[in-house]
Amino acid sequence: MHNKSIKEIAKGLRCGDFSSVELTQLFLSRIKQHAQLNCYVTVTEELALKAARQADAKIAQGDTSLLTGIPIAQKDIFCTQGVKTSCGSKMLDNFIAPYNATVVEKLNAAGAVMLGKLNMDEFAMGSSNETSYYGPVKNPWHTNSVPGGSSGGSSAAVAARLSVCATGTDTGGSIRQPAAHCGITGLKPTYGRVSRFGMIAYASSLDQGGPMARSAEDTAILLQAMSGFDPKDSTSLDLPVPDYSAALDKDIKGLKIGLPKEFFGDGLNNDVALVIEKAIEEYKKLGAELKEVSMPNLKLAIPAYYVIAPAECSANLSRFDGVRFGHRCDNPQDLADLYTRSRGEGFGKEVKRRILMGTYALSAGYYDAYYLKAQKIRRLISDDFKKALSEVDVIMGPVAPTTAFGLGEKIDNPIEMYLSDIYTIAINLAGLPAMSLPIGFSEGKPVGLQIIGDYFAEDRLLNIAHQYQMVSDWHRQIPKGFE
Amino acid sequence: MENYQENWESVIGLEIHAQLATQSKIFSGASTAYGAEPNTQACAVDLGLPGVLPVLNEQAVSFAVKFGLAIDAEIAPYSVFARKNYFYPDLPKGYQISQFELPIVGNGHLDIDVDGETKRIGITRAHLEEDAGKSLHESFHGMSGIDLNRAGTPLLEIVSEPELRSAKEAVAYMRKMHELVRYLGICDGNMQEGSFRCDANVSVRPKGQQEFGTRAEIKNINSFKFVEKAINHEIERQIELIESGGKVVQETRLYDANKDETRSMRSKEEANDYRYFPDPDLLPVEITEIFKAQIKAQLPELPAAKKQRFTEQYGLDCESAGILTSSRQLSDYFESLVKESLCEAKLCANWITGDLLASLNKTDLDIADSPVSYQRLAGLLIRINDQTISGKIAKQVFELMWQSNSTADEIIDEKGLKQITDTGAIEAIIDRIIAENPGQVEQYLSGKDKVFGFFVGQVMKEMQGKANPAEVNKMLKAKLK
Repeated sequence: MHNKSIKEIAKGLRCGDFSSVELTQLFLSRIKQHAQLNCYVTVTEELALKAARQADAKIAQGDTSLLTGIPIAQKDIFCTQGVKTSCGSKMLDNFIAPYNATVVEKLNAAGAVMLGKLNMDEFAMGSSNETSYYGPVKNPWHTNSVPGGSSGGSSAAVAARLSVCATGTDTGGSIRQPAAHCGITGLKPTYGRVSRFGMIAYASSLDQGGPMARSAEDTAILLQAMSGFDPKDSTSLDLPVPDYSAALDKDIKGLKIGLPKEFFGDGLNNDVALVIEKAIEEYKKLGAELKEVSMPNLKLAIPAYYVIAPAECSANLSRFDGVRFGHRCDNPQDLADLYTRSRGEGFGKEVKRRILMGTYALSAGYYDAYYLKAQKIRRLISDDFKKALSEVDVIMGPVAPTTAFGLGEKIDNPIEMYLSDIYTIAINLAGLPAMSLPIGFSEGKPVGLQIIGDYFAEDRLLNIAHQYQMVSDWHRQIPKGFE
Repeated sequence: MENYQENWESVIGLEIHAQLATQSKIFSGASTAYGAEPNTQACAVDLGLPGVLPVLNEQAVSFAVKFGLAIDAEIAPYSVFARKNYFYPDLPKGYQISQFELPIVGNGHLDIDVDGETKRIGITRAHLEEDAGKSLHESFHGMSGIDLNRAGTPLLEIVSEPELRSAKEAVAYMRKMHELVRYLGICDGNMQEGSFRCDANVSVRPKGQQEFGTRAEIKNINSFKFVEKAINHEIERQIELIESGGKVVQETRLYDANKDETRSMRSKEEANDYRYFPDPDLLPVEITEIFKAQIKAQLPELPAAKKQRFTEQYGLDCESAGILTSSRQLSDYFESLVKESLCEAKLCANWITGDLLASLNKTDLDIADSPVSYQRLAGLLIRINDQTISGKIAKQVFELMWQSNSTADEIIDEKGLKQITDTGAIEAIIDRIIAENPGQVEQYLSGKDKVFGFFVGQVMKEMQGKANPAEVNKMLKAKLK
């Protein structure tokens, strides 16, 4: 039952093969059984069973929403009314959100059953899920390895069948990289496609929520429910949402795939490169044409990102001051003491590092040299993509330079950790949509392929991913012990 | 102060914070109404809860554009909200959303009148921002309380050029600005509630010197009286300091109204580095020509134009026209009164600038809350005009009207105040008074014209003021020949 796709479950629920309550109970027991993966920060058992009962009643009355009764889980960055929303931080360990994020509202309205809240890097800052206050998540394919981050709880939970699908957020690769490392499918939508309201901000101009699931088909269904204009988010775009599932079956003959030479140079692991080449060969067989493109400014993406994202986060995280909510130090002596100790105790090392970097970059005398320069680079990178996407339909390349690295391997070397996002970060700077889909293994660990499309081309990306998944079964592989 | 003025010149610039009269806050749907229970008008956005996002209130933008057009300013086709970062408990997000490099309103100007001369004061910019909450340093078991009702209230910060040269000019500028924002209907101007307040940048320099002296900024002044006192005090302090060999340091000072002094809050060295950067949660504000034209069409007649019209159309003197156009409600009251009573504009103007404003001032009421509406006052003026009552009796009637809901006619009837036009009755009294005062008659006839007033007074007294004074004069003159 837990290996079925959303459509299969929806059918099973309506044929009376099983109920949502039974399905939910199954997932709840699997979550308990595999608690050592540390995917969940909070399991909302009672709420889930209540929602499942409601879903069963709705289905009995003829409800047709594909997500009704489907067990899903939310990354703990999305505010959920009445439920702890920790953002992976000690700072919010005591925070019960008094309202729902728009994404949560939409999925609730679609009838989905929330199993709980998923572990993540603290405030979404990290690429390995090791910065979480709740400890690292383990990769179900290789439990000594990281699941990727920051949406590591989401990717591991979906791969281990501890949820049918999950939400994630992606600021510099946080959906795509963990999806690749856990062998699942993930999509970072165009900036503005999914509402950011109620999604705790890390870097506002880069953050974007998106779906994580086993297949492109499931991803399309989840994205459908998450997308759309939200008047509560000024940066969300008022454009109609296409039918993502309807586009899946289109033929991709004649598809022009761009391969940026900068994506396949030094730094890319040889085995990973081979797996990617094979997948691209598969696309050729499906009728695609290949073309080399160039992204000359790509090497500037990481430095630009590590100015812009910390600058925004330095302001975004100022509200965690121990005054109104979140962690407050014991017996503050005065205001400065309240701030210093509450923040000093509440934030982890990586969060502090980024707040300090951002504060520095915005300081008087440094603003032009760092922040403004980074914004100019951002423009150049967008222009590179624009130019490339005028020549081809989509761009393909690796998601990450290696497969999932070992737990503890990079956590003390921030620069090396940052470099693991080298292929994903530029896409956030440009605001483009991109996907990661499983295309094989290297030494038993999954490898992902990244597909980058033009603004609002999510339907095209899903179509291209689905066509590959029709002729491959990498997305159907189940990690050992989680069958 | 007087002898200082001979050697020194003061240079003043004002930053006025006008709270925009929108129903809801600048970035949330919470109400902006004043005086509610603490923290009852602060929603998730105002509290800066994790995950919330600001959404710009369009009316605040319209109001800012309206203001810009009224001061003949450049309206930025593209303006940007920025985050001003600093920690304070009443600033929920740890940053204030304001505008920095690209404000919505650019260069403009405002004309002020000081000592009969008109002076044009440049306005550097005006920008939109959100207000902070309030810290309540009362006793909460040794802690401070925070009230976030005010957090997110829209403000327009209006920055003048350093072109004001005295506290008097600063007050005139502030008054004029106060008049303007109320005319435009973009700010209620309530200074007690903090809807209109200012910071003053003050420096002094020897007369004739071109460069500016070092300035001090006096924060949060919320009355016209305090602006004048605070600035004068600061000018004096700076001159004394320099003349005794000291140096003015750039700093922020606070005016203490109780002690009538300013004291240092923080120096430049201690000043915050606000680390402004564009707010990524908000899109740039784009103002189209069409939008500007729509706002322009809504602009009311502005005070300067209205004053000019009042002198021309109604033949009023500059002073009365100035008083009557000092607020939109007052000028509306005047024009309604003229229309309703069909009396001479001057009579209407005199009654408003005289008895009505005096009574309003005495009871500390605004014209909008006047117990005597223009319709009722018109009723009174009509009776003066048709000579039913004299001007003097009218004052009595007005006072009774102030205290009741009765019309002028009802009071005149009830109190029997109708002017006596029966010449027979007047004649009888005149005859009696002449007979009773032979001495005065002799004096008058021997050329002492002043005594005539004595007879008028006696007759009016006998008639309890109800005689038509013109008629009494005429008859007395005839009798005393």
